[in-house]
Amino acid sequence: MKKELYDVIIIGAGVIGASIARFLSRFNVKCLILEKHNDVGEEASGANSAIVHSGYDPKPNTLKAKFNVIGAKMFDKINDELDVNYIKTGTLTIGFNNDDLITLKSLKERGEINGVETSIIGKDELFKLEPNLNKNVLYGLYAKEAGIVNPFLLVSGLIENALENNIDLKLNSEVIKIEKIMDFYRVFTKDKGIYETKVLVNASGRNGDYITSFIEKPKFKITPRKGQYILFDHFDDHFINRPLFMCPTKMGKGVLVSKTTSNNYYIGPTNEASSLDDVSTTKEGFDYLKKESLKLINNLPIKDAIREFSGVRANNNIDDFIIEESNLNEGFFNVSSIMSPGLASSLAIGEYVSNLIQNRLNLKINENYNPYIRKYPKFNNYEKLKDLININPLYGKFICRCEKVSEGMIIDMIHRKGGPTTVKGIKKRLRAGFGRCQGTFCQEEVIKILSRELNIPIDEVNYSDLGTNILKYRSK
Amino acid sequence: MENVSLVIIGGGSAGLASAISAYDNGVKDILVIERSHELGGILNQCIHSGFGLSLLKEELTGPEYAHHFINELKKRNIKYLLDSLVLEINKNLEVVYSNSFGVNKIKAKAIICALGCNERTFSQIFIPGDRPKGVYTAGLAQKYLNIDGYLVGKNVYILGSGDIGLIMARRMTLEGANVIGVSEIMPYSNGLNRNIVQCLNDFNIPLYLKTTVSKIVGNKVLEGIEISDVDDKQNIILNTNRFIKCDTLLLSVGLYPFNTLLNKAGCKKNSLTNGALIDNNFETTIEGIFTTGNGLHVHDLVDFVSEESFIVGKKAAELILNLRNDVISELNVNNKDNVSYVLPNTIKLTNNNEEVYFYLRVRKKINKGKIKILNNNKIIYSFIKMYLEPSEMIKFKIESNLLINLKEIDVEIEEIK
Ligand SMILES: Cc1cc2nc3c(=O)[nH]c(=O)nc-3n(C[C@H](O)[C@H](O)[C@H](O)COP(=O)(O)OP(=O)(O)OC[C@H]3O[C@@H](n4cnc5c(N)ncnc54)[C@H](O)[C@@H]3O)c2cc1C
Ligand SMILES: Cc1cc2nc3c(=O)[nH]c(=O)nc-3n(C[C@H](O)[C@H](O)[C@H](O)COP(=O)(O)OP(=O)(O)OC[C@H]3O[C@@H](n4cnc5c(N)ncnc54)[C@H](O)[C@@H]3O)c2cc1C
Repeated sequence: MKKELYDVIIIGAGVIGASIARFLSRFNVKCLILEKHNDVGEEASGANSAIVHSGYDPKPNTLKAKFNVIGAKMFDKINDELDVNYIKTGTLTIGFNNDDLITLKSLKERGEINGVETSIIGKDELFKLEPNLNKNVLYGLYAKEAGIVNPFLLVSGLIENALENNIDLKLNSEVIKIEKIMDFYRVFTKDKGIYETKVLVNASGRNGDYITSFIEKPKFKITPRKGQYILFDHFDDHFINRPLFMCPTKMGKGVLVSKTTSNNYYIGPTNEASSLDDVSTTKEGFDYLKKESLKLINNLPIKDAIREFSGVRANNNIDDFIIEESNLNEGFFNVSSIMSPGLASSLAIGEYVSNLIQNRLNLKINENYNPYIRKYPKFNNYEKLKDLININPLYGKFICRCEKVSEGMIIDMIHRKGGPTTVKGIKKRLRAGFGRCQGTFCQEEVIKILSRELNIPIDEVNYSDLGTNILKYRSK
Repeated sequence: MENVSLVIIGGGSAGLASAISAYDNGVKDILVIERSHELGGILNQCIHSGFGLSLLKEELTGPEYAHHFINELKKRNIKYLLDSLVLEINKNLEVVYSNSFGVNKIKAKAIICALGCNERTFSQIFIPGDRPKGVYTAGLAQKYLNIDGYLVGKNVYILGSGDIGLIMARRMTLEGANVIGVSEIMPYSNGLNRNIVQCLNDFNIPLYLKTTVSKIVGNKVLEGIEISDVDDKQNIILNTNRFIKCDTLLLSVGLYPFNTLLNKAGCKKNSLTNGALIDNNFETTIEGIFTTGNGLHVHDLVDFVSEESFIVGKKAAELILNLRNDVISELNVNNKDNVSYVLPNTIKLTNNNEEVYFYLRVRKKINKGKIKILNNNKIIYSFIKMYLEPSEMIKFKIESNLLINLKEIDVEIEEIK
């Protein structure tokens, strides 16, 4: 059977694959993203600290330093184009003694080499910025240019925009085999799909070395490390105002306390060796986080905890990003094992890699390229909500009372390109089910809306991946 | 801006009863606002019987009980809105709500919040492990079964012996599921005795006291759980973990008031109940905002919710109709030994000599207890009560003249050996 030949296939719809696809859509290209899960952004890009680091921290002259610094500066623009809730909060790295002050000074110098400005501030100024700090803190390294972002909307927005500009996406398509045939690649998926392409991009995150091994011997080895988190409800808008890191010591980087773009707070991550897909949490992890985070802040809102989760870092033995075209296999681009600050670097990586691909394939500019997605129907005041209700009455019918999500907002999201088909997909993009009740009130209604809008029976609506339907057996 | 004398937020049993009572006490201009597409609140999914025995002297199902009150509401032509979420209330007694017709702001003379409660989830009690599909609060599984007609699984384990869990154990068994067992971290059950007998014992479902779920296992879907024994301080005893294969874990580990609206308005929060701080009029720290039902504190039975809300409707009517007498003295109420919480938090006395109601819960099981009200360590009122349990709310009332001119009282329970 004759297969159609793609220009580019990207393996993985995390933030890296999504960003490459989106920047590639600036060109006329026949491109397909293959993602093994039932939604985009289900692995590292969906469970991380969501911080857009400014770039003072990575070792100078590494890929991390290069892409972090460029990437962080791209968030203002992407926020305008894709509405990713980017907020330039700044970050504070906190020191507790004179040894820490020395470390902070050397980090400041490192920042200067990387081209990132920071300042060292004392106790008074620290408490002006963050009144709820632990009283033992003494110094802070203030990185004004850093910020926080909504990682879910970043991935889904990049994907939506890529699809709007004619890139294709296939979910539930786990790549299990790759063959090199003359000047193209044949890609096999678990669901028996076979695809052929001139350029193959490995953006499979922590599976990067494994996917590489389908074609050649990988030059790097991934050593996965798990990070556990505890997330708190938004009980107070200014409990803290920005990510707070601990000054790194011989003992490691410690934990951080931060807020999310929706004013939730979290503590984490732990840093533990783990297996590839181990996203479990442990009692030891919880105890450690509770104890360590109290070094940074004066009290922990334990009663307001609403969720614990883990993400797995794609660390490797080289301690840097893998971003290169293979010198053995032309057209095979490895953009995997992207560990922190991968999120902050993602836009720069996407732009860079898409330019490399353009060069290799000699792609023409896409004259119809539109960098914007349709604005989300959001309201920050009641007048705006009234306007929305005038457009569609269902914008006024609220489904999720914890996070104030209405039926109209859910319907709008479902019908976007690459939109959610699962309960978790709605939760990630809109927060219905993400709040204090964790969906005990709205999950049932969300299932019904998904069923109606996607025209599938309610007992086929999945929580996340295929085979996770919630309504299992009809009652008697 | 539209004016309404009394806005009641929430059309569950608390909202319904307070509306009816306010009407009967002279306030005719009432609006009940309900988020869901029907009145009745949680009762709509409680299709088992056992409601109404105490208040209506007949045994009804949840929907029947709700129906009784909805009828009473309709008889009085009290206005209500469905599919309408209140987004905000504030100290000027303005209420903003949204529905498919628009966003509206109304001004009230009084507001009663009857918002109901949330179920605690596995994350709130920090159960470690994987995060597969298959873990639900018992109430959500109840809704899927009773409202939508679907079982969420066939091999079920239940954590927590709260009543909703017990009722679901029976309900799922009758629907053909295999309920493997129930774990309770305390040395006693938290559910009503009649539910232990009728929902577990009658179906040979084992109840394991002093055990808890120590791990959730399963990649995408639940494959099983680990349960472990706990010591007297509810800490897990190492190496007592055993694996239980199941496809569903239901949690019945407590309810707590849903009170974000009140918090946002600036009503002071009661950290012991998670509801608001109230006085003996059920008024919060903002004048004109009242709260009742499970949104104030969690009740054992719907009948008690209705009873309480009858009082609250009357209190709100007194404010609206200017029937309140001047306050002649005001005192604070503290919870002391063996009392996990007591309501009200403050008492405002007038010279109309009304009785003062107290609601409290005991911290642990006590066979014989002396319930005491003290002022400066001096007993001003006490009585003896047998078989006190945390799962049974203690209610009593006293004459207000006992409290006149006091600044502070303590409520405690002495265990009599
Ligand atoms: C705990 C933690 C905290 C972090 N904090 C930050 C931070 O604060 N700031 C920051 O900048 N960075 C942070 N990072 C790093 C950042 O999250 C990652 O660098 C980034 O998400 C990597 O994106 P990715 O697309 O490479 O990987 P992923 O998001 O893991 O995406 C890879 C995708 O490939 C798919 N895939 C894998 N194998 C196959 C296959 N065989 N076939 C098809 N599809 C496949 C996966 O399903 C997945 O969707 C953190 C990471 C972790 C784990
Ligand atoms: C899952 C579950 C099962 C239960 N089973 C039993 C049982 O079997 N027997 C028993 O005696 N008790 C049971 N209870 C306890 C029961 O909740 C109470 O006894 C009683 O029904 C509570 O009444 P309520 O009016 O306070 O709350 P609810 O019945 O919960 O009513 C509150 C109402 O307020 C509405 N609301 C909330 N916020 C807003 C807003 N911002 N705007 C508009 N409307 C709003 C909600 O939609 C809801 O309808 C159960 C509770 C739960 C959670």
